[in-house]
Amino acid sequence: METLSSLADGFVVALTWQNLALALLGCFLGTIMGALPGLGPSNGVAILIPLAFTLGLGATPSLILLTSVYYGAMYGGRISSILLNIPGDEPAMMTCLDGYPMAQQGRAGEALALSGIASFVGSFFATWGLVLLAPQLVKVALLFGPAEYFALFTLAFATLGGISSTNQAKAAFAAALGLALAMIGVDTQTGVPRFTFGEVHLYDGIDFLVAIVGLFALSEVFVFLEHRGTDSDISAKPKMKIGRITPSWKLIRSCTPTMLRTTGLGFIAGVLPGAGASLGSFISYSMEKRLVDREGTFGKGDPRGVAAPEAGNNAAAGGALVPMLALGVPGSGTTAVLLAVLLSLNITPGPLLFSQNPDVVWGLIAALFIANFMLLAMNIPMVGFFTRLLLVPPRILMPIVAMISFVGIYGISGSSFDLLVMVGFGIMGWVLRKLDVPLVPVILGTLLGNEMEVNFRRAVNIANGDYLTLFASPLSITLWAIAIVGFVLPIFLGRLRQLKRMRLDDEGGVRD
Amino acid sequence: MSDRIFGGIGLVIAILFAWQASIIQESFLTDAVGPKVFPYIIAAVMGISSVYFLLKPDPEPHWPRAGRLAEIGLAVLVLAAYAELLPVAGFVIATAVAASYLTWRLGSRPVESLIIGIGTSVGIYIIFHLVLGLSLARGPFGF
Repeated sequence: METLSSLADGFVVALTWQNLALALLGCFLGTIMGALPGLGPSNGVAILIPLAFTLGLGATPSLILLTSVYYGAMYGGRISSILLNIPGDEPAMMTCLDGYPMAQQGRAGEALALSGIASFVGSFFATWGLVLLAPQLVKVALLFGPAEYFALFTLAFATLGGISSTNQAKAAFAAALGLALAMIGVDTQTGVPRFTFGEVHLYDGIDFLVAIVGLFALSEVFVFLEHRGTDSDISAKPKMKIGRITPSWKLIRSCTPTMLRTTGLGFIAGVLPGAGASLGSFISYSMEKRLVDREGTFGKGDPRGVAAPEAGNNAAAGGALVPMLALGVPGSGTTAVLLAVLLSLNITPGPLLFSQNPDVVWGLIAALFIANFMLLAMNIPMVGFFTRLLLVPPRILMPIVAMISFVGIYGISGSSFDLLVMVGFGIMGWVLRKLDVPLVPVILGTLLGNEMEVNFRRAVNIANGDYLTLFASPLSITLWAIAIVGFVLPIFLGRLRQLKRMRLDDEGGVRD
Repeated sequence: MSDRIFGGIGLVIAILFAWQASIIQESFLTDAVGPKVFPYIIAAVMGISSVYFLLKPDPEPHWPRAGRLAEIGLAVLVLAAYAELLPVAGFVIATAVAASYLTWRLGSRPVESLIIGIGTSVGIYIIFHLVLGLSLARGPFGF
């Protein structure tokens, strides 16, 4: 009951004209960013963060705008998967498998509408899951001391790395790189400068927004420059006929069990730290294929093969918000970016967020419900508009992305130095992607590095310099054990390798 | 081979990082852990994973040919110059030039790219400055 009344308060916060307008804008921009190949949810949110700040939006409105973008991108990713056989973003990859064959059979409109409904089902129930699960997790989180938090952060790195790369050593390297970047600047506890090389600009540390926008958005521009005129160039794809955009009730009914099952599965995948939406859609699709694919129609345009990954990835997107809000440990790449928003707004996610800023949490959750209905409306009747946007060629789009990235960062800091650092991160992102080093742990490292060190030092200081305190409580031992399993297990799991090989087809784009 | 080079560079970075950590000036008011321990742990993780790349490199990634590498290098230079010249030339002019360059290199025809560049620049200026009220770099002409 308490939860429901908090949720009702949340609706009061969310139902202002400004917040509704921001949710609508976020959904609209998010769908566009999801649909356009090369701009995923992480990039989309990353580009818009600086804008939310420079517009002087408060905490709740900024979060509403950016999470609407996040949900919107999850919806939008399917559009280019179905029409062009190119996933608009990473989680939409599995949608290509049946969506594109459906489109080739002239059922593109049906596939779009069905996947829109599946997306709605997935994210609607996942948002309910968020409402019910997050407060419970908060109760657990109150048992966490500094040592447990340190173990939890390690766990997040271990599992995120375990899933996002083929090579665990590269994931570990990426995490260390991110943490190393976070160390730059004045030490928060003793006030001594570290790794600043006497450069005054570095005393404040590297702004993680600069790192995020550079690594995600600018590196994408370099990838496009590299691939211009080759097979991966998308401007050469033929156009697709849409056909009718209303699916029959029979079709929806036949897909309903699939949608409900994959929603549950996707949500669980999202809640697990590090797994994220891509894994949600992948395991949803493989489970449904095993369960209901009796005639071998999956992969040849089976509607259930479109509904499964879409419900799965949207449910995972909602699920990934649970650990981010309740523990301050993001469940996926995009929620890591959303965490950056909270941190820059001086809001520390975690248990205190629910008691100190209930308006932010519940306003956000209420806005997610509202955004879901907006997205359903946008993605079924208005889907034609978004498909037309796919005609914008990357040669026009990518410079706009680059320039808006600069505008955002310049708007925050007003310094050329930060812009240069951003360009540096852009080229670093490109090289790391070439070498198959995942970018998400780098981001997570720059975001969480200081917090992680603070907890580490606090734990050891409380124990008077005894490092074994990190492994003293049953809870922290459990977390360490999960972290080790999460890191080591993927090495032995052949099936996950397969998933990765498929993911690497698109040059290791930003993983969610 | 790329992974081996990467591992070598990673190892050098890890060693440099550890060395830089060792010369951090500790203040007299320090805690039981101090500002050096955590960086040492990071350097260790980085070093170990770099050694792993040296010993067991992944298959070679598909590097673009020299021409394309130069293309990316030039784009980096243009963007760096853009970052430096933005406060000097003002937002609209600098952005028009940089956007024209990028769209030209991504495959627009020369005249077309000039128009697209100016359009991008003016469009962003209108939306972000005039409508949303964001402060953009002012040049000698005030825009």
